Amino acid sequence: MKRFLLKGVIKDKGRSLLPIIVVATGTMLTVVMYSWLTGIMGDSIRMNANFNTGELKVMTKAYAADADQFPNDLAILDADNLLTELKAFEPGVDWVKRIRFGALADFPDANGETRGQAPAIGWAVDLFSKESKEAGRFNLQESIVKGGMPANAGEVLISDELARRFDIKPGDTFTLFGSTMDGGFAFYNLKVSGTLLFGATGLDRGAIVMDIADAQKAFGMEGACSEILGFLPDTYFNSEKALAIKTRFNSQPTLAQNEDEFAPVMITLRDQAGMAEMVDYTDFVSGLMVFIFVSAMAIVLWNGGLLGALRRYSEFGIRLAMGESKGHIYKTLLFEALLIGTIGSIFGTVIGYSIVLYINIHGVDMSGMMQNSTMVMPSVMRTAITPTTYYIGFIPGIFSVILGNALAGIGIYKRETARLFNELEV
Amino acid sequence: MENPIIVTLEKVTKRFPAGKTQFTALNKIELTFRKGEFSGLVGPSGSGKTTLLNIIGSLDCPSEGVATVLGKNISSLSHKESAELRNYGIGFIFQTYNLLPVYNVYDNVEFALLLQKLSGSQRKKAVMDALEWVGLADRAKSKPSTLSGGECQRVAIARAMVKKPALVLADEPSANLDSQNSHMIVQTMKRLNKELNTTFIFSTHDEKVMQYLDRIIYLKDGMVERDERKSEG
Repeated sequence: MKRFLLKGVIKDKGRSLLPIIVVATGTMLTVVMYSWLTGIMGDSIRMNANFNTGELKVMTKAYAADADQFPNDLAILDADNLLTELKAFEPGVDWVKRIRFGALADFPDANGETRGQAPAIGWAVDLFSKESKEAGRFNLQESIVKGGMPANAGEVLISDELARRFDIKPGDTFTLFGSTMDGGFAFYNLKVSGTLLFGATGLDRGAIVMDIADAQKAFGMEGACSEILGFLPDTYFNSEKALAIKTRFNSQPTLAQNEDEFAPVMITLRDQAGMAEMVDYTDFVSGLMVFIFVSAMAIVLWNGGLLGALRRYSEFGIRLAMGESKGHIYKTLLFEALLIGTIGSIFGTVIGYSIVLYINIHGVDMSGMMQNSTMVMPSVMRTAITPTTYYIGFIPGIFSVILGNALAGIGIYKRETARLFNELEV
Repeated sequence: MENPIIVTLEKVTKRFPAGKTQFTALNKIELTFRKGEFSGLVGPSGSGKTTLLNIIGSLDCPSEGVATVLGKNISSLSHKESAELRNYGIGFIFQTYNLLPVYNVYDNVEFALLLQKLSGSQRKKAVMDALEWVGLADRAKSKPSTLSGGECQRVAIARAMVKKPALVLADEPSANLDSQNSHMIVQTMKRLNKELNTTFIFSTHDEKVMQYLDRIIYLKDGMVERDERKSEG
């Protein structure tokens, strides 16, 4: 009987090819849409993580209490040692030193007199190590408007908006005024290697990106850093994994009982201002949109299944006359739905995954659409590949086809046998 | 010695709802059919021919009265039991052939056997025998769309006969056929009736069919008007 049914499914294009195409299309769209939405939402979180929060962050306890004010007088002192310990503690995480600072940028005229001053918010990151991924995290190369990446010590990138305001060009120098970590007055001359446009007002107003070694010299922070950020290898922020690492780190006997305000403490992305809400909101919105999309696809595919079964009422009449029971016809209908749903879902998932993988690798450049955006979002959008990507398409693909056929099949029971049989005579 | 009775209809009445009232399609029908009969129900449209065939074929139940087919009381059968009765005991031949278009001739005939517990070789022999009976063994691989109307109806006969049922119900089997094919079809069924001792009950108003029938039951307004048997020889 199964061979007979399979033969029918294969030979009857209206029963196989068309439904499989519809299921595969729906499945493909679901996979791509899910990964796209998850990717966009995840990218927003990742961008925040890359610039500010990391997915894990280690600071001194005192620094953590006022982290928003960048209190570098409470910075981690023996940063290299702690970094080595962290790399040994959790080798799968990319640990990086950062110095965050607020300072005053003083732009001189040709005579060296002050031409203008502006507040600046700075990031000091590892720009020169070969193994450093920091330039990529800040998307520096793609964000440069004029000039190029710093090639030597003392070279920095400044926001294009700031540069335009004071007519600063690559090659020009300026002085950064700030405070050392000991509370002294700090001033340091820097050379502009290029200007940056991140596409987010908060970042573009007065951003300065420099190498961490320069910042250590400028602010008297040799051997120190504001914070050490950790980045998990996952495409999408893995909340549970981050929490597990944080818990394990903070519960170490040497730290758990340590009352020293300079003792390190680890927090996750979720622990930082507004990020828990953002992660939850992102999960909720992407979940909601996926639910709406999956529901819509389920309705389309359900209707497909319904129409497919309805057009076969005359065939069911013949089969009843041949002596097949209603229950057996119903079961074969569900068997066919499972077969078609599975084949269509596999095709759809494979095609959808290929598209997702391509967009994940190459990205879609949306910078043209985001020129005036104030959101901290990446200009190149990518899809996210998560475990859900592999099965999300099967939900509308299989269940809705089975549901459609199951509902259509109820008609077989509701109609009297004689009526179904008489429908043969059309 | 007379053949045994395989169908008994005792005061069979069938009513259908028609708006707020009820339409009586069959009214206290009293009939019996013996094994090997070649008989027909004749009457104008609405006389109850198809309704009666549906009840005999266990596709419908009487509103009143008792219909006993091959020893089973139709009214007391479950869906599954009535399907089993059709599967093993009753063959159907339709006016519009109703072959499954995506399958070839062999598959269409074999389908009737798939519900029975037969081995592949048993099925193959039975299908080829049935196609031999109707002279279509050489068209086993053909699709129904490539056959003439007469050939399609012969495939339908093979499908009805392949499981060697005790009873075959044929609803207007010649209605879509030309004169020559009508004769050929009925002759084929008559031959199978003689060779296999299968009971045939037709629903027809085709004179070409009626001339072959051994017994003609005239229905009018849901009642038996006349029940005529041709004398032997």
